[in-house]
Amino acid sequence: MADLQINLAGIKSPNPFWLASAPPTNSGYQVQRAFEAGWGGAVWKTLGDPIINTTSRFAAASFNGKKVAGFNNIELITDRPLEVNLKEIYETKKRFPNHAIIASLMVEPQQEKWHEIVKRVEDIGVDGLELNFGCPHGMAERGMGAASGQVPELVEKQTYWVKEVAKTPVIVKLTPNITDITVTAEAAVRGGADAVSMINTINSLMGVDLDSWNTIPHVAGKGAHGGYCGPAVKPIALNMVGECARNPLIDIPISGIGGISNWKDAAEFILMGATGVQVCTAAMHHGFSIVEDMIDGLNNYLDEKGIASVMDLVGKSVPKYSNWGDLDLNYKVVARINNDVCINCNKCHISCEDTSHQCIDMLVDENGKSYLKVREEDCVGCNLCSIVCPVDGAIDMVEVKQALPSMSWNQRQSRIASFMTERVAK
Amino acid sequence: MSTITGGRISSNLVENFEEIYKGLTMSEAIEEANRCLYCYDAPCIKACPTSIQIPKFIKKIATGNLKGSAKTILESNPLGASCARVCPTEELCEGACVLNHDTKPISIGHLQRHATDWAMKQNKPLFKAGEPNGKTVAIIGSGPAGLSAARELSLLGYNVTIFEANEEAGGLNLYGIVSFRLPQEVVRWEVEQIKMLGVEIRTKTVVGLDITAEEILNQFDRVILAIGMGKVPNLDIEGESLKGVLDAIEVVKRTKIEAPTGELVGKKVAVIGAGNTAIDAATTAVRLGASNVQILYRRTKKEMTAYQFEYDFAKQDGVEFRWLTAPTKILGNEQGEVVGLECVSMSLDETDKDGRRRPVPIQNSEKILDVDAVIKAIGQTKYTKLIEDFGLNHIKGVVDVDSETYQTSQEKVFACGDVIFGNGQGEAMVVTAAEQGKEVAKAIHRTFMLQSEIA
Repeated sequence: MADLQINLAGIKSPNPFWLASAPPTNSGYQVQRAFEAGWGGAVWKTLGDPIINTTSRFAAASFNGKKVAGFNNIELITDRPLEVNLKEIYETKKRFPNHAIIASLMVEPQQEKWHEIVKRVEDIGVDGLELNFGCPHGMAERGMGAASGQVPELVEKQTYWVKEVAKTPVIVKLTPNITDITVTAEAAVRGGADAVSMINTINSLMGVDLDSWNTIPHVAGKGAHGGYCGPAVKPIALNMVGECARNPLIDIPISGIGGISNWKDAAEFILMGATGVQVCTAAMHHGFSIVEDMIDGLNNYLDEKGIASVMDLVGKSVPKYSNWGDLDLNYKVVARINNDVCINCNKCHISCEDTSHQCIDMLVDENGKSYLKVREEDCVGCNLCSIVCPVDGAIDMVEVKQALPSMSWNQRQSRIASFMTERVAK
Repeated sequence: MSTITGGRISSNLVENFEEIYKGLTMSEAIEEANRCLYCYDAPCIKACPTSIQIPKFIKKIATGNLKGSAKTILESNPLGASCARVCPTEELCEGACVLNHDTKPISIGHLQRHATDWAMKQNKPLFKAGEPNGKTVAIIGSGPAGLSAARELSLLGYNVTIFEANEEAGGLNLYGIVSFRLPQEVVRWEVEQIKMLGVEIRTKTVVGLDITAEEILNQFDRVILAIGMGKVPNLDIEGESLKGVLDAIEVVKRTKIEAPTGELVGKKVAVIGAGNTAIDAATTAVRLGASNVQILYRRTKKEMTAYQFEYDFAKQDGVEFRWLTAPTKILGNEQGEVVGLECVSMSLDETDKDGRRRPVPIQNSEKILDVDAVIKAIGQTKYTKLIEDFGLNHIKGVVDVDSETYQTSQEKVFACGDVIFGNGQGEAMVVTAAEQGKEVAKAIHRTFMLQSEIA
């Protein structure tokens, strides 16, 4: 049994699975049910000046008959009075002293407003604060959430104001609706943040109803962009976590968020530098009990790998994440088709023939049986055939040893440059 | 497994007894697992006699946590690998699946097999015995009920000894279920898992012969009687001792312990009875090379106790059914071999006490069937002597137990499985026996907890 406890910038929790600040953490009743189910922590639904929510609020994307491949919402921060939330945070913390409760906060970008809410929330007893600089809809129109989070100076300044009074660790939650998330992450570091969390939701419009021509979702016939999350956003989030993790200027822990649905997703985020993860959509789709397999699966994985603590897994893949210019140009893989496993759908052939490098031949053997073969000398090792192949094990991407030593684009360019310099010097 | 269809019958008799269904491929399992809705308060769990957390184990297959999946199954049902193969799933979990109302139910049995097959390949202990509590329990019988009780008790820290009359542990699962449905390796693995918890199994030990009931009562703190049932009773008709008159249980058992001998090759076989054992015997006879196999039943298809899928399976094997037909005399030749079976046609009369219509012979309807072998499958006898050795109250060999605690008329002795199978005790399924074993273990544990509370 591996040790699943984490310590994220001083915030301890029995396991790395937290509920993200969102509808599942709206009330004490819900957070306590979540802790009973096994969640290690919860980021309380964002506190601030009460707002009024609309109906309807959510929509989801199905993909080829699978429900909730992506999820979108136009719900705002908490619509309950601050006193009520604080009372329930107090009660929840009292019942679950070892679980992490982090208060998500969002106020207008004014020093006194931040000071006031931080003091009120910390007085009640929380394990940390998360500054919501990410909410992309509604609040952003009022100058808060993503509107703040897209301006590095505002991120830095507001973080600084919070840190002036905060006694507990401060996590800055970043918006992905920005060209380079490391810029705002660096701003958070400069402001004194103890950790960053990412990603918040991505601007999205889920769809248009082909009969009514209404947006999906719509409110009385009108729509506004929402925030996109769920399994579909995972690669976007994972990249942003990786980019921050490998940036030497962002030397604070990362709480990973974005499409995490099971223990494997969580392990990937942890390997890519997250100290823990936050989950929302998967819980909204299936209920709090999904955490049981997250814990069990991660534990079995660590045991199998002989890793004693999940903290030992943090960031193990970060050194493998790099710039394109550092990739070895002399490394080569080619596709190899196992005809005993192949079911002859020919999808590899047509994807290669039409959209890649025309190197998979459709052939017939002496018994009249069809088979597929890769002309390895023409294969560029793009992976496309193995991606479209429906059968596990039918196409292997195999490494072909190269005569030339490894050389990246950057090495090549610097070699050329030094060669040119030498020639000029001569 | 209920959705399997009959295999191809080969002239190589050994091949005929290989497991028919080979299991889901990895892709099939992932696809099917991802189809599960992960219902809350799921009806499949309620329909499972052992309350396996089905959505949970399926979710774990979907996420690649096969160890967790197997543990989830086996936590609730120590015989989860056997049950994945022999449970009448469409009557239980799959029958309750909400997708019956929308698309098609999840293949829960196949998925359960996928996860337990994975665990079998690892062949590592999945559970740890509890801290020893110094109490001893003897279990008579190593069939599903006994094994399940042993597993649960050892998790609770009891020192468990199983007494088994046969060469090997496993009981009905090892000897009584046709190997093309349930191969011996599966049962042996389940037994091994239980042995790894420290349970001692004394095979080839006949209680009443090698050790007396009294000795057991004196040596152990608690005793569980899980002895199942015995041979098929006599038909009580003329000719029953002829060569070629066989006991269905014995016919199946022989195929599980030795290579097929070929004695039924080309033979015409009549099987008497239409329960699940009759189907097993008939399909076994087909696989042993019989040229014609017919099942004789004195009532109609409506009253037969075999499951629909068992019936379908036999039909696919080419077994013929003769309804409203009862044997009256087995005919033999000078060598004492079966050469025919005299039967009489029946009609159904008024409804009997047990709710089934009573069959009555039609006068002058005798006919002779040309058969070379007769297999009896009209139920099983009870081990009444052993029950009485332990001084237990019983009704016609069905041990009297408290319906909640499974305690017998003797305070120290509990009973579960087929030995208590009688009127109103539910269906005689492996999964029921497994659940009863668990319940008995809990009940025994409660008796000690109660004692320590008093102390």
